[in-house]
Amino acid sequence: MLGKTAGGLFWLFRYLERSENTTRLIETGFRIALTRPGGSDDEWHSVLQTAAVDQLYAARHGDVDQAKAIDFLLRDKENPSSVLSAIANARQNARLTRTALTREVWEAINDAYMGLKETLQRPVSPKHLPEVLGSIRQHSALVRGAMHGTMLRNDIFDFCRLGTFLERADNTARILDVKYYVLLPSVTQIGSSLDNVQWETILRSVAGARSYRWLTQGNITPKGIADFLIFDGRMPRSLRFAVRKIGSNLSYLEENYGQRHTCHDQINVLQARLQHGTIDDVFEEGLHEFLTEFLGDLGRLGGQIEQDYRFLG
Amino acid sequence: MTDDSRFFDEMTAGQPDPRAPYGAYATWFNGEDLKDLRQKNSDAESFFRRTGITFNVYGAAEADERLIPFDIVPRIISAREWAKLTKGIEQRVRAINAFLYDIYHRQEILRAGRVPRELIDKNEAFLPQMIGVSPPGGVYTHIVGTDLVRTGEDEFFVLEDNARTPSGVSYMLENRETMLQMFPELFSRIKVQPVGSYPTSLRRSLAACSPVACDGECTVAVLTPGIHNSAYFEHAFLADQMGVELVEGHDLRVQDGRIAMRTTEGYKAIDVLYRRVDDDFLDPLNFNPDSMLGVPGIMDVYRAGGITIANAPGTGISDDKAIYSYMPDIIEFYTGEKAILQNVPTHRCSEPDTLKYVLDHLPELVVKEVHGSGGYGMLVGPAASKKEIEEFRKKLEARPSNYIAQPTLALSTCPILTAKGLAPRHVDLRPFALMSPDKITLTPGGLTRVALKEGSLVVNSSQGGGTKDTWVLEE
Repeated sequence: MLGKTAGGLFWLFRYLERSENTTRLIETGFRIALTRPGGSDDEWHSVLQTAAVDQLYAARHGDVDQAKAIDFLLRDKENPSSVLSAIANARQNARLTRTALTREVWEAINDAYMGLKETLQRPVSPKHLPEVLGSIRQHSALVRGAMHGTMLRNDIFDFCRLGTFLERADNTARILDVKYYVLLPSVTQIGSSLDNVQWETILRSVAGARSYRWLTQGNITPKGIADFLIFDGRMPRSLRFAVRKIGSNLSYLEENYGQRHTCHDQINVLQARLQHGTIDDVFEEGLHEFLTEFLGDLGRLGGQIEQDYRFLG
Repeated sequence: MTDDSRFFDEMTAGQPDPRAPYGAYATWFNGEDLKDLRQKNSDAESFFRRTGITFNVYGAAEADERLIPFDIVPRIISAREWAKLTKGIEQRVRAINAFLYDIYHRQEILRAGRVPRELIDKNEAFLPQMIGVSPPGGVYTHIVGTDLVRTGEDEFFVLEDNARTPSGVSYMLENRETMLQMFPELFSRIKVQPVGSYPTSLRRSLAACSPVACDGECTVAVLTPGIHNSAYFEHAFLADQMGVELVEGHDLRVQDGRIAMRTTEGYKAIDVLYRRVDDDFLDPLNFNPDSMLGVPGIMDVYRAGGITIANAPGTGISDDKAIYSYMPDIIEFYTGEKAILQNVPTHRCSEPDTLKYVLDHLPELVVKEVHGSGGYGMLVGPAASKKEIEEFRKKLEARPSNYIAQPTLALSTCPILTAKGLAPRHVDLRPFALMSPDKITLTPGGLTRVALKEGSLVVNSSQGGGTKDTWVLEE
């Protein structure tokens, strides 16, 4: 496979994952605003921060305001992480890698792009927001379904999965990091239950509220949430899960090509830390410090994969 | 249905009953509801958009991906008509190939005075870098897309021999795919020769021309100028259908006397490169030094037998519009036979007497740039305004040798579906011929382009033309 194609697939699936994550962030912000009237601007600020576009937003719009924030996150072409930009980038990468995609996958991506371009021509009113966000998620589910149902399990598939899980691990770690302070055991909070809205925000942002409730029978604690999102191997958006997937896809490539690279050593270190670490260690070390280091390592891993598999030459 | 007796209509020929090839189709059509068919026409459009069968328009920033309009009424050719076209095209392709070999070797045809030497020597399409080079398998023109027009029951003319990088074959295939999806019942009623094996034939035909340096299985790749090229969809489509890599210049480099592509496992040699990049952009070291699309040094690798380039560099000298007028002589010179397919009478504006004639008759003539393509830079006299003609006159007077002129042909018409039912529109036809060392293969059918505007004679997609599925009936 061409290095360029591998890179195109990797970014195609990073962008798809990003569009889904941004959608979920908007959904969460909107929900909080509905249930907590008056106090939502802070929430929008942390949403923008999680999407790593808070500075860009400030430069363009100044003060945080719900309507502007939603528009910026959903359809601003100047915002590279907006849903529309992410889908457009995903489709551009799909055009570049057409020869590596099945017709079903290409059509699902093309449909998503065409549908969204049409829907997002004008600002979306709060009345239509849930429906629009729902249809975006539906489109990405169709792409994923087409991919699982029609693509060969070969190196092409591996590069798609690498993009998906790198983006996902990055997203979950950033959600945790932006909110890490509410998860810290502070004097006042010891023994008391966590502010409902805060935990709900975190869990909703990773589509994990329901699962967490089931797993813990409603016993919600800050440490429990952090543990769930970092170490729970059953949770498909946890760091351990995502990193394990990155690890297996990299080892499939190693096996398939008979070539071992620096990225394989890097993922081993990362995997070991998440496999053997505990939430107590993390809190001991400091949650913020742990997440900062993790995000740094993940960034380096992405760069190394790009180099090892010659995405750019 | 309106009828204009100046033009041969392929469905009716001006008679109340359809011509034989259209008989079964007409029966079916008459039993259909016009509203349903109109709906199918717009279904076809969304089908194309979904599939991504679009082309990019040069100089149009916004909405840079457009659809070529598709008409659901097929263009139908009988097996007998096709047999004659096949023979004529094969003869032409063979002659073109012999001409190219001769022009880049002993130049017998120039010595014999059948083609003027200055036409070659001063021609930009003639590549001195190809002198003395024998392409692998002796094939110069792996793919030829001959443009044909029809003016009567038995009158076909060759308008152009596209021997460089003819495009449009993806539409031939996708048009059929669309028709099969939308009208399965038609194909069970009427036996149409399939076109679907084209990609397999193309790959086989390319692989049959592997270079000396190839050891073992032949690796084929398609070279595209990139995602912004107007025909990018087709490049990706063909690579995908053949199951080969789609590469750009920056994926390639010279390594150990081969052209190698950058893969996830390191560099891998390519044996046959089906390039969809013009000669001029192929190699910045040998041709246009500013080209970012090609591979520096590929010509040297080619000359040393390290790679096959399809079509071979320098084939442009054979489909040049100035050479075109000599095609009947060229065919006779190399095959010893008369040309089976006619040429359109062509006035070479480089000759002073001819220039005068052309200038005096501009409103009746079609004037084309010798090196132009895609309907750009041409004048269709009968359709042009006085102002357009006068502007063109100046260009012609300034550089006469840059132009040829042809009479306006009475292009045949085929019906298209309009809001009021069937209406005749002018069409042309581009069949695709594949050449390998031992044979020439023609896919039955080709690309029918149709001028959608009533009365218009310009079928180019960049100028508002559309396409149709082209049926060649079984015997």
